[in-house]
Amino acid sequence: MKKISIYLVSMIFALGLSACKKTTPENVITIGEVGAMTGPTATFGISTHNGIMLAIEEINEAGGVKGKKLNLISLDDQGKPDEAAMVTTKLITQDKVVAILGEVASSVSLAMAPIAQQYKVPMITPSSTNPDVTKKGDHIFRVCFIDPFQGSVMAKFAHETLKAKSVAILRDIKNDYSMGLSNFFVDKFNSLGGKIAVEQSYSAGDIDFKSQLTSIRAKKPDAIYVPGYYTDVGLIARQARELGITVPLMGGDGWDSPKLKEIGGTAVNGSYFSNHYSAENQDPKVQEFLAKYKAKYGSTPDALAAMGYDAARVLAEAMERAPSLASNDLRDAIAATKDFSGVTGNITIDQDRNAVKAAVVLKVTDDGFKYQSTVNP
Amino acid sequence: MKQYLIWLTALVAIVIVNFGLIPFLPPYYYSILIYSGVNIILAVSLNLVNGFTGQFSIGHAGFMSVGAYLSAYISIMITKDNPDLLANPVTANLIFLVSLIAGGAGSAIIGYFVGLPSLRLRGDYLAIVTLGFGEIIRVMILNIDAIGGARGFTGIPLLSNFLWVYIAVLFTLFFIWRLVNSAHGRTYLSVREDEIAAQSMGVNTTNAKVQAFVIGAFFAGIAGGLFAHFLLYLNPQTFDFNRSFEIIIMVVLGGAGSISGSVVAAIILTVIREALRPIQEITRIDFRMSIYSLFLIILMLNRPNGLFGTKEIFNFMSSKMRRLFLGKEDTAT
Repeated sequence: MKKISIYLVSMIFALGLSACKKTTPENVITIGEVGAMTGPTATFGISTHNGIMLAIEEINEAGGVKGKKLNLISLDDQGKPDEAAMVTTKLITQDKVVAILGEVASSVSLAMAPIAQQYKVPMITPSSTNPDVTKKGDHIFRVCFIDPFQGSVMAKFAHETLKAKSVAILRDIKNDYSMGLSNFFVDKFNSLGGKIAVEQSYSAGDIDFKSQLTSIRAKKPDAIYVPGYYTDVGLIARQARELGITVPLMGGDGWDSPKLKEIGGTAVNGSYFSNHYSAENQDPKVQEFLAKYKAKYGSTPDALAAMGYDAARVLAEAMERAPSLASNDLRDAIAATKDFSGVTGNITIDQDRNAVKAAVVLKVTDDGFKYQSTVNP
Repeated sequence: MKQYLIWLTALVAIVIVNFGLIPFLPPYYYSILIYSGVNIILAVSLNLVNGFTGQFSIGHAGFMSVGAYLSAYISIMITKDNPDLLANPVTANLIFLVSLIAGGAGSAIIGYFVGLPSLRLRGDYLAIVTLGFGEIIRVMILNIDAIGGARGFTGIPLLSNFLWVYIAVLFTLFFIWRLVNSAHGRTYLSVREDEIAAQSMGVNTTNAKVQAFVIGAFFAGIAGGLFAHFLLYLNPQTFDFNRSFEIIIMVVLGGAGSISGSVVAAIILTVIREALRPIQEITRIDFRMSIYSLFLIILMLNRPNGLFGTKEIFNFMSSKMRRLFLGKEDTAT
């Protein structure tokens, strides 16, 4: 037993070390991906990874970029900023990637961005919406809109479509994403002449929300803005309906998961959230993406998969345009992206390296998420 | 005097490595080296509490976060209006020294206030209190806007380097080694072995426990400061209880009550996570954490008391080597 386990342990090390010494073939362009394949945000990481893989395969089938095939090295960071920093260093200095895709969570991207910037390797985050991420340097890009825009979209939607006069806020105080969205919602909604009835907060992982919901009920708002993640939102919706709150709930792209319906059941019906894309969009581009994704993975892609797909394709398109793959040439090419027709909308990179594009508002119904309207910037 | 020789040699070796080897080291291996150093400080300082004093604490990441945030806050506050201070290596290192010590001291003070009431508890109860403390710290940080709250704390200047981290490692090892081998430190061991017997011999057990706790917290704070000025970004979720458990695993794996065991375990556990990455690149499936866990299970089955038990690394060496390490006062520990 003892001997066997000693062999096992040494084998693990030997395998790890031997693999360090591999060489990259000449006719391949290596790109890095950093994502959470394990850990609490793994569903986000895996969706994004699937989207990126689909894009890479398509591009390679079509002949690659500049006649070379793309090779993706994707590494797990467990959703931890310190691991992501380490992995980014490895991708850049060991694997010599020309560009990095990732991460989903802003809190992780913020740890990666200074490193990518330090080595002047372009980094495109598919879905980190925190404004600070791209402020870290001129090599950091994103293909999604930023938090303020999502908060403002829902404020606009609440004011114009729902005709809400007063809205209650229930936000996840532990989460910068939730805090960002609600801050911008409040600003925009106030400026449109609406009234914030009450602001309550919870912490991700809480089970009981009744005390917050009871105080919200007392103020009789026309809608409740809950920009949290789907696990908490599902529970909040259930408990709100139990307490007799019938007004619609509103949220952001953190709601986007089939699990929302599993957890929330019928309680989430009639709620609205802003998102990057809708599978119901009849645009042939979107439908083609849907069909391909379903054929490969057997499930409907969520927005994160679509963002990953777009991020990889924006990068490939920029590589094709760039005079060379040297860091500054590639950087300039990505920055010059204009009206790129992606599945999440037409992407133009602005001078702050953020994507300018429309957001969609979806309604939760029994048959899934229904496309409601498109809100332009 | 001979016993100090080994420490001086180590110090010289660190300086030589810093100027001779580090400039040629690829940045990836350099980061692994820095993280190893930070983890060594954390594991050894937790070993003082968990291993030598026998008090089961699961709040070490909490102390680390206090040190990390406090030192980062201080260095940002000092350099915010005078960026020139960072350009000058003398003032930059001076600022770092001040902020590190302040971070460690702040963490120690909090350790005192947490330890004083809670160390009257034993075993599982103490474990739960320290776990709760770690969470309290994290949630408090989440709610303080001045240090970024949930968004995370950015803009920390890069001040950590190999020299700083490994001199701190050496200082930690030296301090704790001398402490547990002193008459004073023996009282800590007596608390672990039999609290009632220690009490009847006139040992103030609460005092001993609080002291161990405060010293452990101080070094955890230092480790936090070194970590913050290397990663340059702090997020409260980095310091959740999983982080505390990682440190506990290092202590248990190395052997509770063995300083060299903690050092070896901290290095192994930091390196193995990275050494396993290529497997993921080849297979495209993430086995890394499963293999990591399997590795822990195999080790614990074979060495239930940790790699070294309560022994030190030189107990496994020849008597000549042992004399070299211990100087003249060779006592079989």
